[in-house]
Amino acid sequence: MSYQTLFLSLALSAAVGSTAIQANDGKLLATSGLSQIEGAGGGGIVPWATLSGYDSQDQISISVALSQVDLEDYRLNVQAVSASFYDRIEFSLGQQRFDLKTLGGDIKMNIVGAKYKLYGDAVYSDLPQISVGVQHKILEDKAIANALGAKNTMGTDFYLAATKIHLGAVAGYNTVWNVTARATKANELGILGFGGQSRDSYQLMLEASAGILFSRHLAVGVEYRQKPDNLGLKEDDWFDLFVTYIPSKSVSITAAYTKLGTIAGATDQNGLYFSINGHL
Amino acid sequence: MRDTQLKLNKSVISITFSLLCLLTGCTTSPSSAALDAMSSADNLYQTLGGKAKINEIVDNFINEIAFDQETYAFFKDSNMQRFKDKLSEQLCVMAEGPCTYTGDSMEQVHTGMNITEANFNHGVDLFINAMNKAEIPHTVQNRLLKEMAKTRKQMLYR
Repeated sequence: MSYQTLFLSLALSAAVGSTAIQANDGKLLATSGLSQIEGAGGGGIVPWATLSGYDSQDQISISVALSQVDLEDYRLNVQAVSASFYDRIEFSLGQQRFDLKTLGGDIKMNIVGAKYKLYGDAVYSDLPQISVGVQHKILEDKAIANALGAKNTMGTDFYLAATKIHLGAVAGYNTVWNVTARATKANELGILGFGGQSRDSYQLMLEASAGILFSRHLAVGVEYRQKPDNLGLKEDDWFDLFVTYIPSKSVSITAAYTKLGTIAGATDQNGLYFSINGHL
Repeated sequence: MRDTQLKLNKSVISITFSLLCLLTGCTTSPSSAALDAMSSADNLYQTLGGKAKINEIVDNFINEIAFDQETYAFFKDSNMQRFKDKLSEQLCVMAEGPCTYTGDSMEQVHTGMNITEANFNHGVDLFINAMNKAEIPHTVQNRLLKEMAKTRKQMLYR
């Protein structure tokens, strides 16, 4: 089955199955998180241990997200759909289109992801919620990755994430933190391929998010994502500062300032991120 | 060039982790120790507004339940006056107020109900509505919810 068909059929079955999906009472408002730029449930750039929807252990949820990061020389567009089953396992599909604003053209990549919750409940267990996940990435447009010396145009990331929400932790405000360890060969998420002349082996990268919920409807936080430099192009770690508005359990809107550093030789790629998430 | 980048990365990591530390209330962090001292000095029962405010929350909560089919199903055979008195006592004890809980254990009360995770979280939403209607500030709500969350295990799937 082609990626597009898979994407469509998951979205369709979500719509058809929506009578069976009533997950909006499964979790507390704002505890579902977002869909991160590769499609997994998480923050903006980091996959979290929490699954993408509001499902409880008796429910199924479907989430969709549209995100865009507009930088000096590039623009990243992401469409993602994910299904979370019984607050235990999540499947996600993400399609990224990376526009080359100054050079012209774009690079498309498809990402199929899965995440399995090993332990806990981010809100209610004493220890953090722990999940393992995988993201299989397939480049549709391979020319630039090949030209830059990437060893592969397909790759798989593996990650282990821990997330905890603390009720009333800082002056009565709820807080959330997440730490993720990711084994990866990806260059700029995989948009520039996998591995390179400098290195072609898995490296363990650290990612983290921290946030405060100033009300039931407003969260503010920071994220950090360490990245390898396999191509010798001075690939930078990523950083963002986000604000999320959560009017209801059906929808959330996020804006962020992103500091993505040097991408494919172009320095100071800073810009704005916008994302809209919907949950069934 | 690579050196400065590495240095920057290290500082970003240390900022992120000190933030994590603050958010989780690391005992070694002086700022969180100060916060702890602040919150223990300020008694939740007093902050909530004492017995009168607790009763107002409980009244609002019962009203929320009465208009919610899913949750009302669990209460259809209950003595609501008794529920009101015992919940009020229990919230008072949780907020470290001058009360004694004289009701049955949470396990006893909820056995046979088979409350699911979804039922529970929906109940929490109703309780938040009840606190909103009693005009309890957000940060005070969270402190009470934190105490109430400790009884969750005794209520689910029994």
